[in-house]
Amino acid sequence: MIEVKNISKTFGDTQILYDVSFTFEKGKTNLIIGQSGSGKSVLTKCIVGLHKPEIGQILFNGRDMVTINNREKKNVRKEIGMLFQGSALFDSLTVMENVMYPLTMFTKMTKAQMKERAKFCLDRVDIIGKDNLYPSEISGGMQKRVAIARAISMKPEYLFCDEPNSGLDPKTSILIDELIKDLTEEYQMTTVVITHDMNSVLEIGDNIMFIYKGHNHWTGNKESILTTKNEEVVDFVYSSKFMKMYREKII
Amino acid sequence: MIGQMFSKPEKFKVYWNRLMEEIVQLGIKSVGIVVLMSVFMGMVLVIQTASSIDSPLIPLYTVGYTSKQSILLEFSPTIIALILAGKVGSNIASELGSMRVTEQIDALEIMGVNSINYLITPKIAGSILIFPIVILFSMASAFAGGYLACYTTGLVTIDTYEYGIQLFHDSDMLYLQYALGKTAVFAFIMTSISAYQGYYVKGGALEVGRASTRAVVYSSILILLFNYIITQLVLID
Ligand SMILES: Nc1ncnc2c1ncn2[C@@H]1O[C@H](COP(=O)(O)OP(=O)(O)O)[C@@H](O)[C@H]1O
Ligand SMILES: [Mg+2]
Repeated sequence: MIEVKNISKTFGDTQILYDVSFTFEKGKTNLIIGQSGSGKSVLTKCIVGLHKPEIGQILFNGRDMVTINNREKKNVRKEIGMLFQGSALFDSLTVMENVMYPLTMFTKMTKAQMKERAKFCLDRVDIIGKDNLYPSEISGGMQKRVAIARAISMKPEYLFCDEPNSGLDPKTSILIDELIKDLTEEYQMTTVVITHDMNSVLEIGDNIMFIYKGHNHWTGNKESILTTKNEEVVDFVYSSKFMKMYREKII
Repeated sequence: MIGQMFSKPEKFKVYWNRLMEEIVQLGIKSVGIVVLMSVFMGMVLVIQTASSIDSPLIPLYTVGYTSKQSILLEFSPTIIALILAGKVGSNIASELGSMRVTEQIDALEIMGVNSINYLITPKIAGSILIFPIVILFSMASAFAGGYLACYTTGLVTIDTYEYGIQLFHDSDMLYLQYALGKTAVFAFIMTSISAYQGYYVKGGALEVGRASTRAVVYSSILILLFNYIITQLVLID
């Protein structure tokens, strides 16, 4: 469980986040949704400690990421897996080496054990026979999968995914969403997915926070989001033609 | 606690491997271009000095002597450092810059890896260790170039060139130390400046390109400035 309490974040003169609070639940895919530029990535970077908020608390099972010392922060981070928007695989390492990387840095496993664990993770995301290829030699969808394999290699408690569907075709997107949801339930992780893709919202939205101009504007789930009367949420959800048609049907 | 102690050697190995990687990447892979440039420069030095001596009062062994002075004092340590700043500086800045904009550095940090220690420290340490050796290669190649020029042009005999090189060899050791010390300073300057430019890039591919240009320009200017300062400190006393 991650509890975000009253977070505010300012860059120079511009305030990006205003008093945001939310609880991300264990074993669920928790979504942060909102328009581009609304502050989703900044909020996530505050949560994982890449940015420091001026005000507020971020509790990882009670440990406050904002105030703990560097060593404890490192320990929390070892429990975090993160999937970045552009995958962020290391260009200079092969697929296999990328997945093994956290193991090399933080465990005492032998090379054979690391290989076995990496292979297990790659199998889990359906990447087979690509061990010795470099990230630039595989497709965007495969890169995402490898990045997921790397993120789960250390059996994380917390999984963060920044726009896991960006740049993917609809079918691949859904496969990635399902993979994230399955892994979350299988390993009972606290998963946080940032997205602005309505398909994902309806697919995996167990627990949703809608962020609007830096405020936590609405919270709910994939059912309540379809019927809410909140103007900004309606605007966001029914922005596509397809969803507008759907709305006429259900109301 | 005991677990941490046992995991230390493993980590040491990781950082040792990184250092070796950088020594190969920054140093060994630069040897080719350095040798090529140095051979040609050594040849040109001999030909230019020999052909500008037209008074019978100036002995031809001056060619060997002045070549030696130029190679040891300025040509190998400074000019080659500027060449390396162009090659290595842009390489470092663009590598780190693209890692920054594609969030690879964030990925390291999230995992709990100290990205500066992991990425930058081996570059700085590696170049300080290997560049002086590269510069020794450069000196050797430049002298070889000189021999080659004597042999092919016949402007100076090889014996006379060699005699000139050996002249006043008492101060050679001091010059060599000065040159290699200077190289280590230049290595630190170019790697740290380029790493800084790359590591703190904001934006996209365009900014990475700009950062790598800045890396080369700033490194070169600082190398020239420090060359002046060091020369004044060491050689005037
Ligand atoms: N490091 C930064 N420095 C200054 N402003 C930033 C920084 N990162 C993001 N911002 C600004 O914060 C706002 C929210 O950005 P972001 O969280 O990336 O949006 P999104 O919801 O699309 O992920 C944007 O206006 C962006 O320009
Ligand atoms: Mg974003």
